[in-house]
Amino acid sequence: MSMLPLETATHSEQLRRVVIEPLSRVEGHGKVTLLMDEDDHVQQARLHIVEFRAFEKFIQGRPYWEVPVMVQRLCGICPVSHHLAACKALDQVVGATQLTPTAEKIRRLMHYGQILQSHALHFFHLSSPDLLFGFDSDVARRNIVGVAAAYPDVARQGVLLRKYGQEVIRHTAGKRIHGTGSVPGGVNKSLTAAERDELQKDIYQMIAWSRDAVRLVKKLFEQDLETYRSFGTFEARTLSLVRADGAMDLYHGGLRAQHADGSTIFDHLDYGHYWEQISEEVKAWSYMKFPYLRALGHEDGWYRVGPLSRVTRCDFIPTPLADRERREFMAFDDGRAARSTLGFHWARMIEMLHSAEAIKDLLHDADLLGSDLMASGPRQARGVGVIEAPRGTLIHHYRVDENDQVARANLIVSTTHNNHAMNVAIREVAKKYLDGRKITEGLLNHIEVAVRAFDPCLSCATHAIGKMPLEVQLVDAEGTVVHSLVRGSK
Amino acid sequence: MSEAREPAAISPAPVLVLAVGNPSRGDDALGPELAARLEAAALPGVEVITEFQLQVENALDLVGRERVIFVDAATGTPAPYELRRVEAAAEFLHTSHALSPEAVLATYRRVTGGEPPEAWLLCVRGESFELGEGLSSMAEVHAEAAWLELRRWLASNAAAV
Repeated sequence: MSMLPLETATHSEQLRRVVIEPLSRVEGHGKVTLLMDEDDHVQQARLHIVEFRAFEKFIQGRPYWEVPVMVQRLCGICPVSHHLAACKALDQVVGATQLTPTAEKIRRLMHYGQILQSHALHFFHLSSPDLLFGFDSDVARRNIVGVAAAYPDVARQGVLLRKYGQEVIRHTAGKRIHGTGSVPGGVNKSLTAAERDELQKDIYQMIAWSRDAVRLVKKLFEQDLETYRSFGTFEARTLSLVRADGAMDLYHGGLRAQHADGSTIFDHLDYGHYWEQISEEVKAWSYMKFPYLRALGHEDGWYRVGPLSRVTRCDFIPTPLADRERREFMAFDDGRAARSTLGFHWARMIEMLHSAEAIKDLLHDADLLGSDLMASGPRQARGVGVIEAPRGTLIHHYRVDENDQVARANLIVSTTHNNHAMNVAIREVAKKYLDGRKITEGLLNHIEVAVRAFDPCLSCATHAIGKMPLEVQLVDAEGTVVHSLVRGSK
Repeated sequence: MSEAREPAAISPAPVLVLAVGNPSRGDDALGPELAARLEAAALPGVEVITEFQLQVENALDLVGRERVIFVDAATGTPAPYELRRVEAAAEFLHTSHALSPEAVLATYRRVTGGEPPEAWLLCVRGESFELGEGLSSMAEVHAEAAWLELRRWLASNAAAV
């Protein structure tokens, strides 16, 4: 039977529908639908994510200087990324084309703290149960408490790495949440010697644990090479920021887009005019837009962002331990690991190691204690800020009117960039693992494993008790629910 | 983290109020609203922490406490509020974005190797969670009832520690 592309089935009305969805739209949610025929063959697979689109209305008319604080309320898990991307855009509005060394280094420290804590949380808390126990292992065991029982050090280190990243954020942003450390044109505080000394105490332990985590992922690949090599794997174009010399730079750089074979689409592109290269397509079946590279058109121009793209497409990582691990990753299994969807986990841990090393270097830089915090220049009406957030490239774009109010705002978040790539991943998984088989919880979890590898932002900024479940329903051709599973908090 | 600092070096307040919510998302602001009132009251022996969402590191906030009460907006619970004990429990997640109070307690257990403090959850019924909205009228009413309950709970539990 023909299985590709699986985006749209013919005669869908005759098919059985499997839906994986959370119950509420409030926090922004994801839903997977699989259409199966009478013989359990997959005819269509789609991932729907309800994109958060009320932002423009929320922020229009607000004074621009409020924006870096307000945007932190968009996402409870990576507020620092929105905080910094907004500030980078608004730096241009206040004419600060070159930040002071202290301001840039404080912001970088904040950003690397964010990457460290986010990657630690994702790997240790969300993904490690699948990876350590297997995708279709007993669901009662496949949770973080199961990990704690079998791998106590892994569970504990994950929490403490996360806590350390939060402490970096607290010292640089000024507060535990709703930080105000970064402002258009610079920062409003540097580190005190006491704050720096406190962070220095534990950083070498964080580097060591991060390195152990990279090795743990490598061991997982070695133990089940065939699964890791092929699970949800597909060829993809990539997009990421790189430094002028081609190095990985998660805070600032030019945009690099490459074909799956590594050949260049564009390189070191000034993101100030990103819209000349990137456009967004709307599809009738999804609330979320599908970005694409204009040069290749909307059918062929989709791409993937995030740790796997950044690690594999930079020329080198500018910290020694992470770069050594990057080279090992790139060479492993004749380069197949670096092309695999589960390679996201390996790349994510390499970035965590890089972030820990970068934090260590910054904590030994005297500029962190400096007092020259702000820059300014001729006022501009428009600003674009791009940053590599934990989940991938994040674009903030603002137009500010003569009254200092935001007249227009546009955001393209990492999960939107990855929309098409995630759909391809679940189709690959559906084709290989679900097609022709009776659906079980373990098989449905394979779909979720593929989605989790991307760490999509499914739950922005609110989480009220009772509003977080993820429901999986198997519905027959008559619309009768024949099987149902519920995930998530109570 | 240094091993010596895992239990807080300075003795923490025996009672922790851990309020959760996003003040820009309608009734999700119920937790921060009650937390702000409590901070203004500055009760001895009570520390108030406000978060967007519960996360694994919140387990470390429980170290050295006698009791903790989580305060959060809720849907599908009785109006105006529900106060109940919570126990450590594992959960299987589809997202890295938030934990339940039960999962925070389970995290405490696995990180420290000990039993978490006695924990309670005050769920305040919310109705609307849209971005940029303030508290709904019904949530305002629920907040007043929950505030009285929270003060009662603190009067008996903070004094008892």
